Amino acid sequence: MSAPTTPAPLNPDGSRRTFMKQAGGFLGLALAPPFLSQAERLTALSKKVEGVSTISLKVNGTVRTIRAEPRVTLLDALREYLDLTGSKKGCDHGQCGACTVLVDGRRVNSCLTLAIMSQGKEITTIEGLAKENGELHPMQAAFLKHDGFQCGYCTPGQIMSAVACVKEGHAGSEAEVREWMSGNLCRCSAYPNITAAILEAKGQMG
Amino acid sequence: MNNFSYIQADKAKEATAAKRDDKSAAFVAGGTALIDLMKLNVENHGQLIDVNMLPFRGIEMTKDGLRIGALERMSDVGEHPLVKQNFPAVSESLLLAASAQLRNMASMGGNVLQRTRCGYFRDTAFPCNKREPGTGCPALEGDNRNLAILGTSETCIATSYPGDLSVALTALDAVLTLENAKGKQRQVPITKFYLLPGTTPQRENVLEADELIVAITIPQTAAARKSKYLKVRDRSSYAYALVSAAVGLEVQGGTVRAARVALGGVGAQPWRSLEAEKALVGQPATEATFRAAAELALRGAKPREHNAYKIEMAKNTLVRALSEVAA
Repeated sequence: MSAPTTPAPLNPDGSRRTFMKQAGGFLGLALAPPFLSQAERLTALSKKVEGVSTISLKVNGTVRTIRAEPRVTLLDALREYLDLTGSKKGCDHGQCGACTVLVDGRRVNSCLTLAIMSQGKEITTIEGLAKENGELHPMQAAFLKHDGFQCGYCTPGQIMSAVACVKEGHAGSEAEVREWMSGNLCRCSAYPNITAAILEAKGQMG
Repeated sequence: MNNFSYIQADKAKEATAAKRDDKSAAFVAGGTALIDLMKLNVENHGQLIDVNMLPFRGIEMTKDGLRIGALERMSDVGEHPLVKQNFPAVSESLLLAASAQLRNMASMGGNVLQRTRCGYFRDTAFPCNKREPGTGCPALEGDNRNLAILGTSETCIATSYPGDLSVALTALDAVLTLENAKGKQRQVPITKFYLLPGTTPQRENVLEADELIVAITIPQTAAARKSKYLKVRDRSSYAYALVSAAVGLEVQGGTVRAARVALGGVGAQPWRSLEAEKALVGQPATEATFRAAAELALRGAKPREHNAYKIEMAKNTLVRALSEVAA
């Protein structure tokens, strides 16, 4: 499997984030075909797809297209094709929750979701939570305040899952948060601080 | 994961005919079990047929009971008021399963078709009669702590269905509606859907190659209304059951009028115990009665080296579940 585009140049700090943030918006706009509604998608796609095809994904409000095989998961599409590396690959089998993203507002494991089946849907990743001016989402701020992590690898998945947990109405008590967040494992065991962060952010989420 | 072709079906016949015409094809709805097994190379499919656009949705009360479209997601069914009120065991079996993320993805039909968590089945480095018929079963003398003690055979001792939902559906006499490539539907009670391993552990259920599960119907009864799913596991959340019990009781004036008993985690298939039910009906709803029923439910158990603990655990789980619904 190979990404169709040349890897982005590194920043002096070794990251590609700033570049990709710019390139994302701009290439997305330039290359994206008109976004298909679900009904249109039916006519457009109700034929067999073999090998590489063009897949349109609406990620964090922007339609992006990739050329990929049907076996490419949403997680790999985000990380390897769209350079949105916030969503993490932990177990790659739906057992750890590090890859959690929202699809049409519902939390899912992107490692068990096929990119080709995610077309026509609103995908939200950790990169799409903060406001454009950089102001953090209340859940992100609460994780910082309560030190809801140690190594940080599970954190993007924890935060995406936590946002959904609150919106679902499953953050009524510490016990409820623990039960409804059980799909996100933390190898550093920051659970008490994660729970505290979620209970606090709940009050600040509109 | 090996590559495959993909088709999004917009008519049921398109999906079932594609499956009939390609022996390597599989239906995909949520994909949570399928993609996992394909990444492990335990399952390899040349084609995935996306059935999500098909109209097999909805949760509604009918004259035959609650009819649930097979494409409804576990989370939506588990939290649906009609399910919670009339079939608490079904709601509990759904909400105690997997994680919030997986429950948002996994379909009802797909859940019924989950495959075993036996470590030898899931690791292609080992032989496995279920995965590759005739190669042998290392679990017989190996790590069998999580495996079955009822309904097993010398070729396979897996808990072929490792999940929760079908245990509750088995207790409550749910009926599956299957549709084939001719557009013909048939009804199969879930108690007749799964097959015991015998000498063909690779054949797990009665589904034909071109058949798709389109609905699940659960009859409305007093015992279903007073039902419970109790799950015992290694960690308190997000784990498969070591042992589970789905029970329903109708009690009048302290006497059991109707009883439903099924066990998970112990059988080669979700394990209905008609013996236990018979021992409960007409008896006082007391712990002594429940204990006697539990003894009968586990009477034929054949433990292996590491799973004998399941006998006592299953009895205690059953007694506790019955005591809680009777209270």
